[in-house]
Amino acid sequence: MTDAERRTAIRDIVRQFAAEAREPEPTESLFDSGLIDSFVLPQLVTALEEAFHIRIPDSDLNPRQFESLARIEAYLSTRAE
Amino acid sequence: MAFIEAFASYLPEKVVTNAELAARLDCDPAWITRASGIEQRRYAADTESVVDLAVAAAQACLTRAARAPSDVQLLVVASASDPTRFPGPASLVAHRLGLEQTPALDVPVASAGGLIGMILGNALADTYSVVLVVAAEKMSSLALREPLDPNVAILFGDGAGACLLSSARGRARIADHVLHSDGAFAGSLAWRADGTFSMDGRSVLLQASRKFPRVIAELLERNALNASEVPVFLMHQANQNLMDATARALGVPAPRFFSNIRAYGNTSSASLFIAAADWQQSAGFQSGVPVVFAAFGAGFHWGAVLARGL
Repeated sequence: MTDAERRTAIRDIVRQFAAEAREPEPTESLFDSGLIDSFVLPQLVTALEEAFHIRIPDSDLNPRQFESLARIEAYLSTRAE
Repeated sequence: MAFIEAFASYLPEKVVTNAELAARLDCDPAWITRASGIEQRRYAADTESVVDLAVAAAQACLTRAARAPSDVQLLVVASASDPTRFPGPASLVAHRLGLEQTPALDVPVASAGGLIGMILGNALADTYSVVLVVAAEKMSSLALREPLDPNVAILFGDGAGACLLSSARGRARIADHVLHSDGAFAGSLAWRADGTFSMDGRSVLLQASRKFPRVIAELLERNALNASEVPVFLMHQANQNLMDATARALGVPAPRFFSNIRAYGNTSSASLFIAAADWQQSAGFQSGVPVVFAAFGAGFHWGAVLARGL
């Protein structure tokens, strides 16, 4: 998967769970903006695991890893083959 | 493996509705319900202590089991909100019950303490024959700390629950348990001796929403059961949204997760037995039918217990 493909896939997943139909900025906090709340976050993480065919260990489940599109992308790039 | 003889609870009289709390917190009562499923909670009186709550639940449990306090050979008391650093409340509860030499152990684990006490009692019942496990919390002392934090204040209530286990008789038998601990996120939910409290709600929910279904699945798998075969799940009443998410993850209808959080809020370690006592009154164990108990709490500590009705 290329970086561009990964970025598009992340955006699609976040859009699927976001409280509003708008495109967040790459570094915008999805939590502070209210797009992703505490109860949706676990579902978002599960969707990322399914889409990228990975299992995110509990030790990596720090909410900050998933706070923005850029952070999600940075984390998933470390999990890329 | 121990038998479960009875559950009982004690809830303080004072009812605090979302409307009352929202006025004090300057927030929308509907937000409290939406965020937690809670509509009201109970607060203990200023003069009512964790020990008072525990003794009331213990006495109710002994009455329900038709047992005398002198039958109890081991007392386990779970509480994370007792204000005394040492001794813990267990020896005082034993004293108030008239137990002079009976060992009384403390389990100071928020939210999961009741379940851990149940697991300890189950393991020790062969030695001590009758084990009374009590979980009591005065969480209003945390919820009402100034400055008020709406994310904390809306959640918690006061109460106590108890479970009587024995090696000889009961309504159900504990068949198996799973218990885990992981200190990697210990700082996500902590109440320190200097009074500071920290709760990273996102971290707690993220961990709990993964660990709850996983530990239940682990327990069921090693007992050759599917979640669909379990009609009742009794869970720590942390948040209705978390219970619903756990049901979804296991693929079972949400109503199978017994809930009374609407009426009592999150009573931390006491909530499991308070829920079990309400469920026992309204439905209860049936012969051969499995029931799963589960809890997750500060630490993190989490686990599940499988029981079968007799």
